Formats: sequence, C-alpha cells, structure tokens
Amino acid sequence: MESNLPPHAGEVLYRVMVRIRAFENAAETASQGGVSAYGQQAGGAAKVRGPLHLSTGQEAVPAGVCAHLRTSDYLTSTHRGHGHTLAKGADLTRMMCELFGKATGFNGGKGGSMHIADFSVGMLGANGVVAAGLPIAVGAAHAQKLLKRSDDITVCFFGDGAINRGPFLEALNWARVYDLPVLFVCEDNRWSATTASGPMTAGDGASARAASMDIAATQVDGNDVFAVHSAAQRLVAEVRSGAGPRLLHALTYRVKGHVSVDLAAYRDPAELAAALETDPIARARGHLLDTGVAAATLDAIENAARDEVDTALAVADAAPWPEASAAFTDVQTTGAGQWL
Amino acid sequence: MAVTTLSYSEAAVRALQQEMDADPRVVVLGEDVGRGGIFGQYKGLQQQYGAERVIDTPISEAAIMGAGVGMALAGLRPVVEMRVVDFALCGMDELVNQAAKNRFMFGGQGRVPLVARMPGGIWDASAAQHSQSLEAWFAHLPGVVVVSPSTPQDNHGLLRAALQCGDPVVYIEHKTLWGLRGEVDDTLVVPLGQAARVREGNALTLVSWSKQMQPCAAACDALAAEGIAVDLIDLRTLWPWDRETVLSSCARTGRLLVVHEAVQAAGFGAEIAASAAEATGCRVARLGAPRIPVGYAPVLEAQSRVGVDAIVAAAKKLAG
Repeated sequence: MESNLPPHAGEVLYRVMVRIRAFENAAETASQGGVSAYGQQAGGAAKVRGPLHLSTGQEAVPAGVCAHLRTSDYLTSTHRGHGHTLAKGADLTRMMCELFGKATGFNGGKGGSMHIADFSVGMLGANGVVAAGLPIAVGAAHAQKLLKRSDDITVCFFGDGAINRGPFLEALNWARVYDLPVLFVCEDNRWSATTASGPMTAGDGASARAASMDIAATQVDGNDVFAVHSAAQRLVAEVRSGAGPRLLHALTYRVKGHVSVDLAAYRDPAELAAALETDPIARARGHLLDTGVAAATLDAIENAARDEVDTALAVADAAPWPEASAAFTDVQTTGAGQWL
Repeated sequence: MAVTTLSYSEAAVRALQQEMDADPRVVVLGEDVGRGGIFGQYKGLQQQYGAERVIDTPISEAAIMGAGVGMALAGLRPVVEMRVVDFALCGMDELVNQAAKNRFMFGGQGRVPLVARMPGGIWDASAAQHSQSLEAWFAHLPGVVVVSPSTPQDNHGLLRAALQCGDPVVYIEHKTLWGLRGEVDDTLVVPLGQAARVREGNALTLVSWSKQMQPCAAACDALAAEGIAVDLIDLRTLWPWDRETVLSSCARTGRLLVVHEAVQAAGFGAEIAASAAEATGCRVARLGAPRIPVGYAPVLEAQSRVGVDAIVAAAKKLAG
C-alpha cells in the first residue's frame, strides 16, 4: 500500500469505512428474522424488514471516491447504497430511522434500505433496479452542464452486474456524446445476485467497455482505500476540469450474500476466505499503524463508530411510525385525492 | 398572437415556445427533435432556442427517459420525446420505476417535472409496432398524469398545463391528428383533469378521447337525426379523470357508453364504466378494439378500428 496523504487524511478515510461497517453490522443484526426469498424464515419481529443489501468488504470504494466530493456534487447509487450515502455525508441516525421504516427517516419510512437517499447532500438515491442509476446520473450531469453550475460533477456508482444491462451502454454513450461531468464508478464485487458475474460477462468488463466508447478508464484495487483515493483524486479533477466522463473500475468483493438473509451457500468457501484476507479495513489499519498512527487513535475511531450506531439504533427504535395518511402524500399533486 | 388557425402539431410548437420563453429550465430531448420531430411537433425550436435546449439524442429511449428524470431532479423541466408510444416501452423502467416512483419513494425529497410525449393510436398501414393505444397502462400507474388531447386548441392548452404542473406527465398525442387544423387561442391553459362537453343531450352519455372523438361526433350527428340527443364528453385527461362531469351526466341520462381506440379488454373504458355504475347505478357499455395486434393490410387494420356505425349501433342498443 502506498499513500502520500496529508496528516490525518488516512484517519478520516478509516473513520468513513469503520462507520459504514458498524452501521451495516448493526442493520444486519436488526434484520434477523426478516423477510426473505432465500429460504430463511420470514418474521415480523425484525426491526429492519425487507431486503437489506450489505456492502461489507466494499467500504474502501465509497470512502476513497467520496472524499473528493462536495455537498453540491450529485451521487447516484445502487441497491447496495448504505456506504455511498454515509460517505457522501448523510446523517447516520436518520439513515437508521429509514431502515427501521420510521417517520424520522430520510424518506419518512417510504423507501427503506433499498431506497436510502439524502438529497440535501446531493445523494439522489439508492435504486432497486440494477443499472437504473446510470441514465439518471447522466441526466443530472447534463443539467449541471446546461445550468453551468460551477464545476460540480455527478458520480455514479454501479456494480459489475449492471454492465450487462442496456442502460449502462446507453448512459456511457450519452455521457461521451455530450462530454458530461460524470464519473462512473464500477464497484466490481464479482457477484450478480447469486450468480458469479465472470461467466455472464463477455470481454474484459467495465473498463474495457468504457474504453470502447472513448471514455478513459482506470482499474484499481478496490480494497485499498489509499489506491482508490489516489485514483479518484485524479479522475475527479479531470472531470471537474471539463475533460468529459471518466470511469473508475474498482475491484472488490461482496463478503455477504446478495441480501442479508442470503447465506451465499452457492459460493466456494475458499473464495470468501481469500477475499477476507484483503479486507479493506484491516489493511488500512495495518497501513496506518505502519505509518505511525497510534493504535489508541484507531481504537477510538472504532469505539466512536460503535457508540454512534448504538445511539442510532436506540433513536430509531424509539422513533414514531409514519402516520397512515403519509401513504397518500408525495404521490402527485395533479389529481391528489383521486386515489380510486 | 391570441386566436389563430393552427394544426395540431403547430399548436404544440406554439405551446412549447410560450413555455420555453417563460421558463429557461424547459428543455426538449429526443431523437430527431432538431429537425422538428417526425411529425413537425418541434419545428423551428432548435433554430430558435439552440441545440443545448432542444437536444438531439441517440436512439436510446432508456437513456432519454432516464436522463429526463435526472435532469428534472437537478432543476430542469424536460420534455422527453419518445417518437411513438410503442417505442416508449424501451424506456419503461425509467418511466414506471423511476419517474413515477421517485417523489414518493424518497419521501418527497425530489420531484420529477417531466413531460413524456409518446404519440399513440393507429397510424395508417403501420402495423403492430407503430399503432398501439396504451393509455390504460399509464393510467394504471400511481405517480403520473395521463393526457390525450383531441383538438389543436387542447393540444396547445394541455401541453402548457402539463409543463406547468410539476408532476411526471405521459402526454399522448394521436399519430394521425397532426395535420388537423382548428382555431387556437394561445392565451388559454386548459386545466388538467377537466373534461369538455362537446354535445349536449339527455338520452345517453358518450365518453371518449383523442382521435376517437371524431367518429363519436359523427355518430352523435347520426343519432340526433333520429331524435337521440347524446351528451358527448371528451375526457382530455385520463388521470386524473373528470369524475364530476362524467358522473353527473350519467346520473342525468342513466346510460353510459365509453368508446376508445384501444383494445376493449382491460381498457380505460372499463374503469369509467365501473365507476359510473358504482356511483350512479346507470347502465353501461364499452366499445373498443378486439384484443388483436393491429394488422397491416387495410382489411386487417379495419378489424381494429371502431367506426361510426358500430358506435351508433352500440348507442341505440343502450338507449333502447
């Protein structure tokens, strides 16, 4: 691992990753007994219900990329969006409230984990449809260009499964045709739901497809937060300068199953074991210790994250449910009230 | 300009000019819009407003619709051109799961003020993939407004209203109405959700929209000659639909016939008929196309057309 970060910048990245991990670990525990289409027992006792897509092991990508973003930059996400949302600056407690389905959540309990969003920090939403964020991202970037909004940019996270859907190709072509300020970030975690992506993907993947459309692509070890940070720093600067779209292809690994209740029994245990040896948080901790950061400093970061998450769980648990009448708001203004 | 004679397509151009003049956030994106659109419904706009506001796009319906969603979230008011309703299906996730759901799903954090124009209906000799009437699909979809104008005046006034309303709008012009000429008062904005009473009568309520208003009006003339006075209503907006105008007429006449070009089965006529029967106890009947794809040869295409004679016969049966 290499980094030439300013003092404490490494600790900041470490803190972002640790908060994501702590948040998702807590959410997973709170989802036990939840609804499943993967053979686990359904139950109403879970605090976090419905599909919960965890990004355990992928934390280095949002931490390294979002370190270069401003609040006024836009971000679109995938169904695995907790890490992106936290890294973009969303409030952790309000996120937990949304996962609990409470009125105090970002979406008032209307979206849950799969639609986590905080528009106030430019995070335009996690999405339940693979590749759906890509066309939305190029539209947001197109608006930034037309509205001449300083040098704001849009960052679009998507997975390796998304590159086999048409909207990926349409969006990349669109971004290049209009030379839009958009950074595409492929979080290549090697799995498409419960199917390995490799055998389902012709050619060399996201970066090769971007190159075919004259979009400069950079491949990076997505479990090395310093490498992601460094690559993203250059790409974000290029996009901000008006050079047009860029693609970052981050090679990482999906440690958990597709959803929290998916035990991923279809996967070779050796593959997981190998991946765990490159855990991005452990690697970053080792590197920071090597560069002279005190263990106590890193321990304090971890403890603070756990405390913050514990508080968020308590707040979310105590928070009120939405009023039933909220089911009828935010649908549409034209014809509001005409429900039948 | 005020009152002048315009075609259905020219009326749309005029509406866009007025809205683009009034609001710099209004942009147009779609295939061939720089050349005026395939029906002339954007004629001259790129020359007037520039290629940055009237944006020629690749053939990428998913990206056109999805980019429209992103543009709307970022503060623009896009008019999204889908060429024909049949092609809008290539951007269906972007319309159904994204545009229609965004505001609710994210708890009102964002809104999608987007107008998706998708010409519908039978286009002469254009066969199964260029002649569909899919308005009922969209009326079934919470979160969107569905509009289908039948006259140049309404195409002007409803398009302006659609652009001003702030919700995602599915705007279905008819593929063969573009040349229809009529007087247009360009100071008018036609309110969404308000039907128009085109003929007055007490024997029967007849509800239709879009191109089908023409055979319905002809049928009303034929029925009037036989002493049957029909209350003919142009729905204009399918969602929200004008329950008050339709149901008050049904309560008065006691009989409702809904006529549409779309396939009759699971069509929007069923929704209106059921609502009227529930609310007023009136007798109802529907008249639409058989559940077959539209054929190419004239004799085959004719099987999908609902003509004046069929409307007259259905009305007499109901009134008798």
